[in-house]
Formats: sequence, structure tokens, C-alpha cells
Amino acid sequence: MNTIARYAIQGVLYAAFAAFVGYFSSAPTYRHIEPDEALLRLSFSHAGERKQPCRTRTPEELAKLPPNMRAPLDCPRERADVTVELELDGKLIHRVVAPPTGLARDGASTVYRRVVVAAGRHQVRVRLSDNPQGVFNYTAERSVDLGAGRVLLIDFNAAAGGFVFRM
Amino acid sequence: MAPTALRRRGVTLTVPEPAARNAVAPALCGAALRAIERAFDRMFGAQANPWRHLGALSFFLFWIVVASGIYVYAFFDPSAAGAFRSVEALAREQPYMGGVARSLHRYASDAFALTVVLHLVRELALGHFRGFRWFSWLSGVPLIWLMIASGVGGYWLVWDELAQFVAIATTEWLDWLPAFGEPLVRNFVAPEAVTDRLFTLLMFLHIGIPLLLLAGMFVHIQRVNYADVGPARALASGTVIALVALSVAKPALSHGAANLALAPQALALDWFYLFFYPLLYGRSAGELWAWAAGLTLLLLLLPAARRGAREPVAEVSLANCNGCARCFADCPYAAIVMRPREGGSERLRAVVLPGWCASCGICAGACPSSTPFRRGEKLVTGIDMPQRPVNALREALERALEAPAPAPRVVAFGCDRAAPVGPLEQPGVTAFGLICVSMLPPSFIEYALRDGADGVLVAACREGECAYRTGERLAVERFAGRREPHLRANVPPARVRLVHAGEGEEAELARALDEFRAELARLPRLAIRPAARWRARHAGHPVKI
Repeated sequence: MNTIARYAIQGVLYAAFAAFVGYFSSAPTYRHIEPDEALLRLSFSHAGERKQPCRTRTPEELAKLPPNMRAPLDCPRERADVTVELELDGKLIHRVVAPPTGLARDGASTVYRRVVVAAGRHQVRVRLSDNPQGVFNYTAERSVDLGAGRVLLIDFNAAAGGFVFRM
Repeated sequence: MAPTALRRRGVTLTVPEPAARNAVAPALCGAALRAIERAFDRMFGAQANPWRHLGALSFFLFWIVVASGIYVYAFFDPSAAGAFRSVEALAREQPYMGGVARSLHRYASDAFALTVVLHLVRELALGHFRGFRWFSWLSGVPLIWLMIASGVGGYWLVWDELAQFVAIATTEWLDWLPAFGEPLVRNFVAPEAVTDRLFTLLMFLHIGIPLLLLAGMFVHIQRVNYADVGPARALASGTVIALVALSVAKPALSHGAANLALAPQALALDWFYLFFYPLLYGRSAGELWAWAAGLTLLLLLLPAARRGAREPVAEVSLANCNGCARCFADCPYAAIVMRPREGGSERLRAVVLPGWCASCGICAGACPSSTPFRRGEKLVTGIDMPQRPVNALREALERALEAPAPAPRVVAFGCDRAAPVGPLEQPGVTAFGLICVSMLPPSFIEYALRDGADGVLVAACREGECAYRTGERLAVERFAGRREPHLRANVPPARVRLVHAGEGEEAELARALDEFRAELARLPRLAIRPAARWRARHAGHPVKI
């Protein structure tokens, strides 16, 4: 094979290499969600109530403790599971029982769910229980108009009164 | 096709034209790979053949990524508000340099991923994960994870729609593991969570992980001597030109700015690094973890599978080792170390590390004590292969040369892993198979010529095709006088023929032998003084001179 032919073939092969890299660097297109879909995210971090209420220590109990540890209240660390239910247009689509984090089960319960929904108007209802009895003590319901590609974030902030809907 | 002949310090090197159609390999994939490599040899030459230097090419691409990354970093604003803007400004306000640098950073990274995967597939196809190669194989597996982590991290920094998708998808995937108290994805669900500090952390990760990758690459090559970490100039320049041309023709551009209120819909995914995200949403995070962990485990367990009987490793004879360290220098797998001798001697001694030894015999060929001219009844060399000691080779050679044979008498030495020399045996031709062609001490060539051979043919594998990485190259350097032990200058060059013929090129080897014999037949009788050992053994007998 003569030199010119070799260089020509090398050029073609280098070009093919560059074309391969260039093409797969950004193609084919990946469709994450369809054009007529939207996204709903349920995401929060919330610590449930203590499983057992705090108890006042007796003077005898306090006397047995080292002086620097004589806290008047004895509060068991374990917290209740947080249960959350998400309904879309009257249909339950998620029921999550989130246990507390931490080895002593005394941390916050965290929830993250991602739901692809059809774009358009939806009735969203969400309720949460954070007590040992399992009573749903927070509830929120909204009618939301989700445009194509929009994201509805449902967060929870007890200090702000409960569920927060953000679009 | 006629063989091409090169002259290196007077020794004729004959390189047959490729014969991919004749390739015979133990495995189909190995045969296919060999056919591709030989086809590329024709167009690029072995030294610039990208298939034969995928590791070196990967190192080179890594450095391009580093160099272009340093330039991009100089203009990058690692903040939530400034990241996207600064990258866009780089691409649009200084396209002549910034745009090319950014594109080069992207495309060289992609090419790096491509060459790394091809490197892995090639070594897998050739079975280079077993036995003494286990360390290089195992140390390479984590590099794939580090490479992907480096690439994915880079996409976060641009903070466009793709970055938003990658950040959320990655954290959703990581959150499947029960390792994080607070879901990582919560860092990307609301705008106020994406802070400047987060970008500083991401920037740190995008520098730190590639540094870890570089450290891992350094470890990866620790068990090989003369690691191939720099491609030939032709290959390097061709690669740079191709990538720069691509950067100019198709600049890497961002998607729209990230907006957490919107879900990215259609994404121009970089499939070299982000190929697994569709599986995350098409299947599930757990399934993706199962695939990733399963494939990683499979790769890690490969060295333990199909482990055949171990070949005996090289053995050192301390009494015959002069501590010259040539075996240490030539061992392709760093399996020989030089240590002080006991008793306070200034000379060092060679020590073989059995676990790393490839049993290739290259060390025996490097040892100056392996010369057959030594007069002892038994040739004991400084370092030798128990399964094929040099003494056995000398005895077999002497027996063969003592037997009558028609002229021109040719002695053929050849590598067992290349085109075998055994089938060349015929009246006037005696063949000796070797573990590797570099196992042959060059002095054996002179010895054969002195003791009755009219010519010596040495059959090596194709350039770059040595089963032990460097055997063919070391043999060429020794025969050309560029490496010790060298072939002495008094050996008539016309009487020595080095033929490169790989597995499946037996016909080319046979043709090279026929041509060599025809040339020898035209030469006058060799006038060379026989070795003293020969003279002593044949005292009183007529000796051909």
C-alpha cells in the first residue's frame, strides 16, 4: 500500500473516530418525560413525635444519677414512624411508612417519591401522621394545573403549618 | 505478497504482509480482534496502531482532558448563579479558545471513556486477566467507576437542564442505598437548596475524583515494566487533530439553564458517561444497582476463574548470577528485584517474585551467563526456566549440528506464541521452539553459525503482538545492538534473518524460510572459526570451516 493511500485511509479512520465520538456525545436524544407529562415530587424530612411521652423523674431517681446528668425529665428517644398518603384525583397512589433514621430511631423520617403524571388539572390530596397512634393529623388538598414539563413539589414543614405546595 | 525487508545494524528483518484471513486464534473474539489489529497495522503501522496502544491512548486523552480542564476552570464561576453563565460565556464570547477548550474537554473525555472500554474488552478477549496479570486487571476495575464518576461530576457543574437531570437522577440512584439519613436528592428539589457551597463541593469533587483516577492509573501500571503510557507521535497528533477538528465543527453547547420548576424533557445525553440513566427510569434504581454491582463483581472475580496449571517460574542460580541486573531491566512484569547478597558482597543478586512471574523466559535471554560458548559440560546460567533450560537448548542445538544435513543448513528459533517453527523442520532445517523469542540469548545465533549452521532464522511474533508485551521488541533491540546482551558485530548479517510472523501466518514464515535458504545458497561457504567448545569436542575430527 503506498504512502498516500495509507494517509488517506488514516484520515478517513480518524474522521470516523471523531464522528463516532461527536455523535454519541449528544445523540440519540433521550426523552426523560413525554411532552404531555408533568412531574410530581413528594419530598420532606420530618421528625415524628416521641413514641413515649416524657416523664418527670422522682427525687430518688435523680439522686442516683451523677450530678451533671440530673435532668428532671426522662424522654425516651425513639420516635414514631411518619406515615404519608398521596392521592391523585381521588386515587391513592402512594402510602409510605417512613421509619425514623438513626440507630436509636430518634432521627427525622424522610420521604421522597417521584410520580410522572399527565399534564393538566389534578386534584391532589395528601395527609400525614407523625404520632404513635397513627392518626392523620395533617391534611392538605389542592386543585393544581400542571402544565407539560412542570414540577409540583410537595414539601412538609410542621412549623409552617404542614404541607407546602410549590410549582 | 512480498515480504518487506528492513535493515537494522546489518540484520535483515523480514516483516510479512498481514494475512488476517489466515488468522487462527483459540477464541473467536481473539481471532476477530487480531484480524482488526492486523488490518490497522497495514494502515497505521504497529507503533501508531490505536488498537495496540489503547492504554497509552487513554493516558494521552486523560492529559488532554486535564489541560483543557485547567483552561476551562480558569474562567469557571463555581456558584449557583454563575456556573451556567460562566460556561456559556466561555463558549460564546471566546469561541476561538474557550469554546474549543470546552469542547475538547468534553470530546477528549468521551474518547477517554471509549478507549478505556475498548482496552478492557481487548484485554478480556485476549484472556489477560488470569494468573500473574491479576493485579493489573483488578486494579483496573475501580478505574471504570472513577472514570464515570469524573465524567458525571463534570456535567453537574454546567448547571443546565442536563446538569439538573444528571444531579437529580444520580442522587435518586444513590438514595436507593440505605446509607444516607437525609435523601441527597433534597439538595436539588428546590432552588434555595442549590447553594454556592454546593457548587464549591461539586468543583472539589470534579478535581478530586480525577486525581484519584490518576492515582489509580498509576497503581494500575505498577506491575509492568516500560508501561505503554505515551502513544507514538503519529497516533498522538492524529488524535489531537481529530478532536480539535471535531471541537471546531461541532462545539459542545449547553442545554437551557437549569430550572427546578421544570422537568427536562428531551435531553442530548452523552452516552459515553450517562448511558445508564435511561435504565434508572426505564427499570428501577434497585435494578440498576444490581446490574452495576453484578458487572463489577463479575469483572473482579474473573481472575479467579479458569485458572489453569501454573507454569514453573524463573529460577536464579546464585553462583552464576553476577548481579548485572539485565534480567531486572528486561522483565516485562517487574517480577525480578535486585537485592543485596548475604555476607556483605557488593554485588547484588536477582530475586524472582513468583507471584508476578509470567514464565516467559525473557530473563534467561537477558542473562550474560546464558552464553553457549561457556566450556562447562553443563550450561548453568544465572537465571533460567526449569521447563526449558538453556543447557537443554544448547545440547539439542549441538546434537542437531552434529548430524549430517544438506546445505544450506538453517537453524530456526521461534516463539511458540507466534507462527510455530516446528512445521519448518525438513532436511537442512532444524527448528527450536521457545517460550518467547527474547528467551534466546543472541550468542546462540553466533554459536550456531560457528558450529555448522549456514544461517539462523529467528521467528518472532508481529510487532506489538507479543504475548509478554515486550519480547519481540527486546529481541529486535538485542539483535540490532541497541540492548545488552547484543548480537556481536562479527556475525555476518546476511546469515541471520529475523522474521515477524504472528499466529496464523505460518505460510508467510515458510515462504520467508525458503527465500532465506535461496539467498544462503548463493553465498560462499561460511568461513568462521568454530567455538572452542566445538573444537574440544571434535579434536581429531575434520571440522567444517
